[in-house]
Amino acid sequence: MSAQDRTHPPAPRRAAEAVIRVDGLTRTFGRGAEARNALDGLDLTVARGSVHAVLGPNGAGKSTAVRVLTTLLRPTGGRAEVAGFDVVRQPDQVRYRIGLLGQHAAVDEELSGRQNLELFGRLYHLGGRAAAARADELLERFDLADTGRRAIRHYSGGMRRRLDLAASLITRPEVLFLDEPTTGLDPRGRAEVWQAVRSLAGSGATVLLTTQYLEEADQLADLITVIDGGRRIAEGTADQLKSRIGGDRIDVVLRDGGALSAARALLARRFAEERIVSGDDAIVVDADRRLLSVSVDDRMRALTAAVAAFAEAGVEAEDIALRRPTLDEVFLTLTGQPAAAPAPDATPDPQEVTA
Amino acid sequence: MTATTTPPLDELPPRAEAFTPRQPGRARRLAVDSATMVRRGLAHWARQPGQMLANLAFSVMMLIMFAYFLGGGMVVGGGGDYVDFLVPGMLVLTMAFGMETTMVELTSDINRGILDRFRSMPIAPSSVLVGRTLLDLLNSTIGLAVLIGAGWAIGWRWHAGAAELLAALGLLLLLRFAMLWLGVWLALVAGRPEMVQTVQILVWPLSFLSSVFVSPDTMPGWIGTLADWNPISATAGAVRELFGNPAWPGDSWAAQHPEPLAVLWPLALLAVFVPLALRRFSRLGA
Repeated sequence: MSAQDRTHPPAPRRAAEAVIRVDGLTRTFGRGAEARNALDGLDLTVARGSVHAVLGPNGAGKSTAVRVLTTLLRPTGGRAEVAGFDVVRQPDQVRYRIGLLGQHAAVDEELSGRQNLELFGRLYHLGGRAAAARADELLERFDLADTGRRAIRHYSGGMRRRLDLAASLITRPEVLFLDEPTTGLDPRGRAEVWQAVRSLAGSGATVLLTTQYLEEADQLADLITVIDGGRRIAEGTADQLKSRIGGDRIDVVLRDGGALSAARALLARRFAEERIVSGDDAIVVDADRRLLSVSVDDRMRALTAAVAAFAEAGVEAEDIALRRPTLDEVFLTLTGQPAAAPAPDATPDPQEVTA
Repeated sequence: MTATTTPPLDELPPRAEAFTPRQPGRARRLAVDSATMVRRGLAHWARQPGQMLANLAFSVMMLIMFAYFLGGGMVVGGGGDYVDFLVPGMLVLTMAFGMETTMVELTSDINRGILDRFRSMPIAPSSVLVGRTLLDLLNSTIGLAVLIGAGWAIGWRWHAGAAELLAALGLLLLLRFAMLWLGVWLALVAGRPEMVQTVQILVWPLSFLSSVFVSPDTMPGWIGTLADWNPISATAGAVRELFGNPAWPGDSWAAQHPEPLAVLWPLALLAVFVPLALRRFSRLGA
């Protein structure tokens, strides 16, 4: 395998073609006073060949959405189409075209990897011979060929996940659903799954993954849909989402933690004078890290003003950094409280500037 | 990112014609998928023969316990050898016992997530349950063969032709099939392997409340009537007649007409619990 093979060209994007269409999807659990809307009018469009992340806190409806899209759960209302087929009316057509990697290893623990893959191949109606051939091929590709007759319950967590993923790929699905694929994995296992997702995307498959890890969405996804309360609350690329909470941030780390409140007042006064940001409240204090953090629209002017203010007052800063907000901050802003007024067209440059 | 053991999947060969699913029709799909499910079960047996042997040993042990520990004190009403009376009863009892295996395996599948994979595949959904019950029917057939052998060894004989023997075995397996679907339904309702123990406890009194070990005539009034009408008694009475073994029948209509009941009872149970179980199963995604 040459180094060239390891690079993954961007998936061909045909923006017009949606492989998943979700329209006003609802799903209610329980009845009467107990009723709870796990999905509450979810809209979602996923482009063919893209990696699309659905990001949300626990209970946001991520898994429910995946279960409806993979025909495991009937929706209460709304419509969902996968690969051109309705999930309620044509479930079998959908099932022939998807792969699912659920939160729990969906394999037979008592059987070997080969027995599992053969079993699933037969259930996809490949027939015995093709199922066996495909099993061998996938075991080879996922580096599981030498596991022999060993039952899966003797596998390591990463091996189990790899087999689970191999099982999802038996028919080379058009759409692969990954429901929190790296939850509970060690860093090595996580890296393996990420690598596999990138490879899949490179081969033109569509991947829809749910995650609570912002880093994961940031790393893998072309487009991120943030959902909360069973509804889409934001959508965009990682950069676009970051821009929504007010452009860049300046982080100032002081040498002397005792000077934090004085420095904060100093910075607030200067920013107010120069009409960069007004009000003390805009500046967040993290005493443990001796950190002042503030969101600004005009990053370079703010940086200059901060450096000048500290120099004039003789306050010693250990570090002054200009950075894009993290997805965590976006997420908190979007889900924790009403979203702050989005800054129009903040600079799309994700590069960090450290003074 | 560092190199990992997972190779890029774009190196996988393009989808070959051989891997294109055939998309069989409904009936064919049910047959093929059920067969695949049975294969899965056979693979489990091959890996853990111990459990199966233990179940077989248990039924033989029960036979020996009742024949030798208790049998000495038994006098068959209307005359006849107790072993000749007991063995058909034990055959029926084995058909009612051991549903726990079915139930535990089904509930663990549900709780482990493999059922989600099955249900996300284009299979006939009922094949999961049909395959399960067919597999256990095969298990029961082996169990019957072993127990008949053990019965023969301790002196039991049948006094009828091959046709009657086959008819008796057919009735036994029919009862088993009905009991299995009852078990499947209970497992789907219970949902958890721990609940199965409750069922295990209930099977005992319900099995003994029958003509398996003694005639219901020896039981107090209304209890005897219940025992007379127990499906287990119907099958026990019918196979005793077919084997030409002492029947020790009571005077009730049910006790006098075991054959029709031995057919009707299991069919009625199947008519109720097969649809209930299938409905419950499809509701897993409702």
